[in-house]
Amino acid sequence: MTRRLTIMAVGPQVLVQDLGRPGHRAVGVSPSGAADLGAHRLANRLVGNPESLAGLEVLAGGLTVRLDDGGVIAVAGADVPVEVDGRSVGRHRATHVRVGGVVTIGRPRSGLRSTLAVAGGIDVAPVLGSRSTDVLSGLGPDALAAGDVLPLGDPPAGVPDVDVVVRPLPGGAVLIGHGPRGDWITSDAQQELLRSAWTVTSTSNRVGVRLQGPVLARARTDELPSEGIVRGAIQVPPDGQPVVFLADHPVTGGYPIVGVVVDQHLDRLGQLGPGDRLRFRRATQR
Amino acid sequence: MRLLPLGDRAIIVEVADLDAVHRLAADVQTASPPGIVDVVPGARTVTLHVATAEDLDVVRRRLAGLPRTEPATATAAPVRIDVHYDGPDLAAAAAALDISIDTLVERHTDEAWRVAFGGFAPGFAYLSPTTHEWSVPRLPAPRPSVPAGSVALADTWSGIYPQASPGGWLLIGRTDARLFDVDRDPPALLRPGGAVCFRSLP
Repeated sequence: MTRRLTIMAVGPQVLVQDLGRPGHRAVGVSPSGAADLGAHRLANRLVGNPESLAGLEVLAGGLTVRLDDGGVIAVAGADVPVEVDGRSVGRHRATHVRVGGVVTIGRPRSGLRSTLAVAGGIDVAPVLGSRSTDVLSGLGPDALAAGDVLPLGDPPAGVPDVDVVVRPLPGGAVLIGHGPRGDWITSDAQQELLRSAWTVTSTSNRVGVRLQGPVLARARTDELPSEGIVRGAIQVPPDGQPVVFLADHPVTGGYPIVGVVVDQHLDRLGQLGPGDRLRFRRATQR
Repeated sequence: MRLLPLGDRAIIVEVADLDAVHRLAADVQTASPPGIVDVVPGARTVTLHVATAEDLDVVRRRLAGLPRTEPATATAAPVRIDVHYDGPDLAAAAAALDISIDTLVERHTDEAWRVAFGGFAPGFAYLSPTTHEWSVPRLPAPRPSVPAGSVALADTWSGIYPQASPGGWLLIGRTDARLFDVDRDPPALLRPGGAVCFRSLP
């Protein structure tokens, strides 16, 4: 018998996500995957799942689900209130939910996105090897809405016994390495990139975090033949306002990339919401 | 070749031209260094994506001494695409090339197109010509929605929109060919290095 989860209410956006679908970039398919991969992996580990199983990515809270056949859940990511049948359970722990039990995730006190993992994983049909929703191409499951019923996989044999989980996300400036086309903006602009306190705008989404701040001037205005893009790449479009690419980034692009966020700071990008401020700092060379 | 940084798990290799792009992509795929996840051709570059930062160090070192190979798709049969040449910009494209519409259709179907690289949507491919000269402008402002299957021209490229999307290319026709199908193996009809030819339907 397939176990089920019913969506009772959603906030701004709830998506099925997993570790993504790398391996198809040459035909224009973005790797996608959870915007905060560390949170996704942690939530899965807490319920005893392989990290590759799918969970629910909740933007800015507002999710209510019913575990129709019960199960074990865990939440990681943004600092959100989590309740099971009206009882506060919080993040970073596995909680047993009775048959018909209701789980709610409230609005974040800090951060933006939470992962809800269920033991056994969200078991919708994968597309190109992944259950992730890619908002740029539309590949993967549709965004979730009240009334949706999702199948769950078989729960793993055991649930880890964990007392305390600490998940320190690095604070301070976001570390960046050099990009392929740093010399396509002026040296003043390169300094402004590192000097400024950038503001995250409300047009940001899973494709990229769009920043507002000083206009970064181009050193050259000829066209750049399209080349590779990665999660964390900082691109300067014609308006001079940088975009930091996120999970659903396009695979290639023709505007210069002037820096790339280091791996250890990528998860932070998935937690940036409109109005947040961010600074960049050059990582020391390896 | 020039190596350009692109984060902890990717590197851009810049080469002289599109032929060099395809030779390099083939050489990397044949040599198959450990940890390579994706080999992504661009117009003048190949971007290599690896699994871990350590894999990147290995790839960097191996790039210098890659053995040369013949790209497998160079000899593969061309993908044939049937087209109704009735696009809204057919006349404008012919005018830009200073030829008649009939001549444009003749050249487009006579042309031996090559898949240069993939692009902004799953299944979209930039096609480069090998026979005739092509140069048309893009639209001054993109259309908010170009129908799926639209066959188009822009700059020196041809292309087919796999899904409806905004687009600034000149539309010369439409095809029912499925450019991208997640249930097909491989899902993309047009893959970098492959050959493509078009046929005019009445």
